Amino acid sequence: MKTLWNILVVDDEEAMCESMAAWLREDGYKVDTAFSGRQAVELAREKSYAICFMDLKMPGGMDGIETMMELRRLNPDTAVIIITAYATVDTAIAAMKEGAQEYMVKPCNPEEISLLVERIIKVKRLQRENELLRKRLLRQYEFRDIITKNARMQDILALTKEIASLRSTVLIRGESGTGKELIARAIHFSGDRASRPFVSVSCAALAETLLESELFGYEKGAFTGAAAQTKGKFELANGGTLFLDEIGDISPKLQGDLLRVLQERRFYRVGGSEEVPVDVRVVAATHRDLREAVRQGHFREDLYYRLNVIEIFLPPLRERREDIPLLTEHLIERIGNEVGKDITGVTDGAMRILMDHHWPGNVRELENAIERAIVTCRGSILTEDDFAFLAESVRARSQWVLPPNMTLQELEKQAIVATLDRTQGNIKEAAAVLGIDRSTLYEKIKKYEIPR
Amino acid sequence: MSRLYVAAVGDVSQANLALALECVEQEFQLPVVGLPAIAEPPGAFDERRAQYRAVDFLLAVVRSSPGDGKVVALTERDIFIPMLTFLFGQAQLGGVAALVSAARLRQEFYGLPADAAVFRRRLRTEVLHEGGHAFGLIHCPDRSCAMSLATSIQQLDLKQDAFCAGCRRALAERIREFRGNEI
Ligand SMILES: [Zn+2]
Ligand SMILES: [Zn+2]
Repeated sequence: MKTLWNILVVDDEEAMCESMAAWLREDGYKVDTAFSGRQAVELAREKSYAICFMDLKMPGGMDGIETMMELRRLNPDTAVIIITAYATVDTAIAAMKEGAQEYMVKPCNPEEISLLVERIIKVKRLQRENELLRKRLLRQYEFRDIITKNARMQDILALTKEIASLRSTVLIRGESGTGKELIARAIHFSGDRASRPFVSVSCAALAETLLESELFGYEKGAFTGAAAQTKGKFELANGGTLFLDEIGDISPKLQGDLLRVLQERRFYRVGGSEEVPVDVRVVAATHRDLREAVRQGHFREDLYYRLNVIEIFLPPLRERREDIPLLTEHLIERIGNEVGKDITGVTDGAMRILMDHHWPGNVRELENAIERAIVTCRGSILTEDDFAFLAESVRARSQWVLPPNMTLQELEKQAIVATLDRTQGNIKEAAAVLGIDRSTLYEKIKKYEIPR
Repeated sequence: MSRLYVAAVGDVSQANLALALECVEQEFQLPVVGLPAIAEPPGAFDERRAQYRAVDFLLAVVRSSPGDGKVVALTERDIFIPMLTFLFGQAQLGGVAALVSAARLRQEFYGLPADAAVFRRRLRTEVLHEGGHAFGLIHCPDRSCAMSLATSIQQLDLKQDAFCAGCRRALAERIREFRGNEI
C-alpha cells in the first residue's frame, strides 16, 4: 500500500509545492508540503518521510542544504531529492556530499520522477519487510517457551543474558526435551550476534563423513557427487552462532577436527587445501554425561574442556514441577491459537495428572501431551479424560512385569513398538515419550526392522 | 442533484466536447450536462516555457462549477506544473474539477500523420483517468487500465479507454457515495 509512505515537498513557491503534491497524491502517496526549511524541519519532527523533494534556494533563514542536513539528522532513512531551477555543478556536488539521493533540474520529465520515486519506495519496502521479518524472528526465539519460576531455571536465564555477548563456548547439558536448543537460541538472540545467523546441526542425525562435509563444507570434486564448492555450517554461521546438538555422539576424528576449529578459528573444507577463517560462537549440547565419557575414553578431554568454558545444566521437568501449571497455561494458549481452538484451561483433575506424571520426555513431552489433548478435546476446558492417555501409560508402567527370557534389545524393540502404537505412528511424539531423539528413533526403527 | 458537467476551457471543437460527454455519460452512469465554455484564465501563459499553468486552469474550472457536481473540462492548450515538463491532464483528487489537455494526444504533436481514431481513443482514456481522480481513484498498477499512470505517449497507448474490474468496482462505490451525499 502506497498510503503507508509519506512524502514531503519543500519549496517556497506555493504553486510548485501544491501542484507537485497533487501529482504525487494521484499516485496514492500521503504528501505534505512545507514552504520553508524551518516548516519542513518542524514537520519532520512529527513524522518520518520516505522521500523529501526540496528546492535548493529557499528564503527564511535555512538554505536547502542546511535543511537537508537537519532532516537527515532527524531521520537518516529519508531519501532527499534536491530540485533546482538552474544546474550548477558546485551546489550539486555539495548536495550529494551531504547525502542527497538525487539532484534534479526542474522542470523534470514526469517519467523520470515517477521511476525515481518507484525505485526509492521499492528499496524501502524491502528494507521494511526485512526489518519486520527480523523482529518477528527475534520475538519468536527470545525466551519463547522458557517460562519458569523455578530458582535454578531463573539462575540459568540470568546467566544466559550475562554470557550472551561473549564469544566463549557454551556446553548445555540436560535430558531430551528440556529445551537445550531454546536456551542456545536465547543466548544467540539476546547477544550482539542476534542479527547474524543462528545455525543448528544435530550431530546424531548424520554419519561421520556426512557430518564432516555438513560442518566444514567441501570443494568441488572432493568426492563423488560433489559437483560444486559447498559451504558448511561453520561458514554459514560466520559472525553468528553454531549450535551443535548431541555433541557427545561425534566420532574421534571429528572431535579432533572440531578442537582444531575451536582453537584456531580456521579450518579446511573437505577436499580443500586452503584454510578458511571463521568467527563463530559454538554452543554445544548433549544429553550424555561427557565427563563420564571422557573418563571412559570415548570423548577427548581437551575438547571437553574447550567446550565446557561455560556449562549450563538444564534440570528435568520432574525437578521443576512448580513450572507445570505455568507451562501448561502458556502451551494451551500457544497451541490453542495454532490449532484454532479456544481452550480456557484445565480442570483440577487434569492438573493433578499433569503434576503427577513422570515426564521422561520433559517439556517436549508436556507440549505433545497438551497438543494431543487440545486436538481431541470436545469442550473448551481440558479434562482428566483428555489426558487419559497419560494415566494409562502410568498404570501400564506400574503394573508392568518383565517377561522372562528377554534380551535388552528385544525389550527396547518392544518398547518402541508399543510407544509407536500408542502415538499412532507419530515419530515426534514417540521420540519424546521414549526420551530419545527423532533421529535416534529412526535408526532404531531401521535396526529392528519395525514396520510402520 | 448529483451531476457531471463537461466544459471547454477556451476553444475546443464541438465534436471533441461531444466525444467527452458521451464517454463520461457511458462510464460514470450519471446525468451529464454540457456547460458554456470557460474563458482561458488571463496570465496562465508562461512565456519562458511557452506552456499554460495547469493550476490556473483548474482554478478557473472550479470557479465556473455550478456547485452541485463535478466538472470534467477539456483544453487544447499544452499545460504544465512547475516541477514537470508537461501533463496530459490534472484533477483535484476527490474534488470538483478534472482537466484534460488534448495538445499532446494528436499524432501530429509527435511529427506523425494525423490519425483521428488514435486521437479519439487517447482522449477518451484521459477523460476517464482524470474523471476517475475527481472521484478519488488513485493510479492503478494494471498498465492496461485507464487509471494507470502514463508519463509518456507510449505508456498512454498501452492503456485502454476503459477501467479494469477493480477500478470499476471502486468507482461504482464512489459514485454511490456521491449520489448519497446529494440526496
Ligand atoms: Zn493520474
Ligand atoms: Zn485499474
